[in-house]
Amino acid sequence: MANQLQGIAASKGIAIAKAFVLEQPDMTVEKTSVEDPAAESERFRSAVGKAKEELEEIKAKTLEEQGEENAEIFAAHLLVLDDPELLKAVESKISDEKINAESALKDVTDMFVTMFQEMDNEYMQERAADIQDVSKRVMLHLLGVENTSLAGIKDTSIVIAEDLTPSDTAQLNRDYTLGFATDIGGRTSHSAIMARSLELPAVVGTKEVTAQVKTGDLLIIDGIEGAVFVNPDSAVVEEYEKKQEGFLQQKEKWKQVVNESSITTDNHQVELAANIGTPDDLEGVLNNGAEGIGLYRTEFLYMGRNELPSEDEQFEAYKKVLTEMENKPVVIRTLDIGGDKDLPYLDLPEELNPFLGFRAIRLCLEETDMFKTQLRALLRASAFGNLKIMFPMVATIEEFREAKAIFDEEWRNLKEEGHEIAEKIELGIMVEIPSTAVAADLFADEVDFFSIGTNDLIQYTLAADRMSEKVSHLYQPYHPAILRLVKQVIDAAHEKGKWVGMCGEMAGEETAVPILLGLGLDEFSMSATSILPARTQVRGLAYEDVQPLANEVLNKKTSSEVEQFIKEQGLLNV
Amino acid sequence: MQQKNFKITSETGIHARPATQLVNKAGQFSSDVTLEYNGKSVNLKSIMGVMSLGVGQGAEVTITVEGNDEEEAIAAIEEVVKEGLGE
Repeated sequence: MANQLQGIAASKGIAIAKAFVLEQPDMTVEKTSVEDPAAESERFRSAVGKAKEELEEIKAKTLEEQGEENAEIFAAHLLVLDDPELLKAVESKISDEKINAESALKDVTDMFVTMFQEMDNEYMQERAADIQDVSKRVMLHLLGVENTSLAGIKDTSIVIAEDLTPSDTAQLNRDYTLGFATDIGGRTSHSAIMARSLELPAVVGTKEVTAQVKTGDLLIIDGIEGAVFVNPDSAVVEEYEKKQEGFLQQKEKWKQVVNESSITTDNHQVELAANIGTPDDLEGVLNNGAEGIGLYRTEFLYMGRNELPSEDEQFEAYKKVLTEMENKPVVIRTLDIGGDKDLPYLDLPEELNPFLGFRAIRLCLEETDMFKTQLRALLRASAFGNLKIMFPMVATIEEFREAKAIFDEEWRNLKEEGHEIAEKIELGIMVEIPSTAVAADLFADEVDFFSIGTNDLIQYTLAADRMSEKVSHLYQPYHPAILRLVKQVIDAAHEKGKWVGMCGEMAGEETAVPILLGLGLDEFSMSATSILPARTQVRGLAYEDVQPLANEVLNKKTSSEVEQFIKEQGLLNV
Repeated sequence: MQQKNFKITSETGIHARPATQLVNKAGQFSSDVTLEYNGKSVNLKSIMGVMSLGVGQGAEVTITVEGNDEEEAIAAIEEVVKEGLGE
């Protein structure tokens, strides 16, 4: 019987293939007594040995395919299997209580897991999950249960699972996996991110796909609309084969504009730029034909370490990005930390409302030594390309003035020290606090540019925490208030001859592109993979047409009316 | 027997990667190696033992090595501690 399930579209594309259901093996353990504890211990050691061999293989494969960082987790798993205390605890249980290895292992694992889970430390709680994962591997060997592994797929398949863990995806056979669907997860869960980076069609969060699908069922995954079809009839298969072909052709079409400019049919040119987190992201940026970097988040330089990054270390990272971008504009945002992003070595206060608290520029203006180090590194790097600097979370003009004063002072210091610095470095601010958007005309007198950070602007304007599931429906990019604020910022800037960019998720959304274009946005900064579709879209639109439509949109009363309108006007890409 | 006291200066204590390095290093020697903190002592060759102590920044710990290769062992361990954990 044909059956359709709806989930969250996690990664674009269509896949049609037989299902491969990743099943959870039966791990029920019964406590039995044994007569020969020595033999039982031997059985345990042998299971540990097999688990170690497996892990060595997975580690090597991951290292080769995904690099050192992803392989590290398996090195940690191996260390647990080498732990003399864990092994001794299991073996003494077997010999003292004369019980089977399975129940001894289960008791010892539970003890360690409980102990770690109870610690008030996120890192230790994660280690509890590692111990469980490792213990499961050994247990499967003891029970003689075969673990359905993704590496075992021998035919082109669509993978069906409750969820996919890093451990699962490391074993994914990419020659045979055409796509996947899961019960749980959202657009930002590990499985969704992985699907997009591998360009595999995926639907997540279907709630019941594992219950509805058996291995061997014919499936269609529509990663564009978020639908899964189980045993569809031939008419549906035919329809989706066409859709799939259309999608692939479209992808080819997108590739054709990689070296073209982002210009409308009536010659209005905009800049399509990329958001990056580290210099490692540059490859994707260049492959996708970005015309600049609209947001370089510098937080990653500060994270995952025990002390602040030095001026030289930062200088090298900034210089690398500027050099490789070859004089294309690069907007680097100064440190945006605090709130939910903590740096343990900074000893930030715990706050009731971290998003309204001590973060970003507020923190930098207090910790001026740290801020000066970053600005010095940026100033020195400016000699190597087209650098623009922006400050995050600016709420008042005083904050901008204060930051600029520190910048100017370091400029003079570095000049005196004999460093080469670019002639002109534009200084701008993020517009992500409603106060700044509303008073944009006043800010426009003093800043060189604005970059609208929609992720935060939306959550502050609608007072809806984007992380909270209960209110996520209020997180509406097309709420009339947001669109009006965007227009206000653009108009205010243009009045004073300044330019405006946008670096939130919204800038690359298909529905948003025609509106933002019509409102006069100058620079659109998005994830690198969105650039080519957006450019194709821009090149198919006329500035003359979208201007009146964008103004009409401002009078729609709800977010969904706006989306409907853009669709009806035929402004979308597909 | 070789014994040394250390003060942990790393902001995250003996939690993250340094713990792994410490355990790996201890495992290379045949001597018994123990880590003592807050009146409790654990086998330094056991990752779970070490982590279960919850050693934080500012903690004073004692490492004791006993066995055939105790001198090389204490020197090697001291090196790992000073590289990223403390003094």
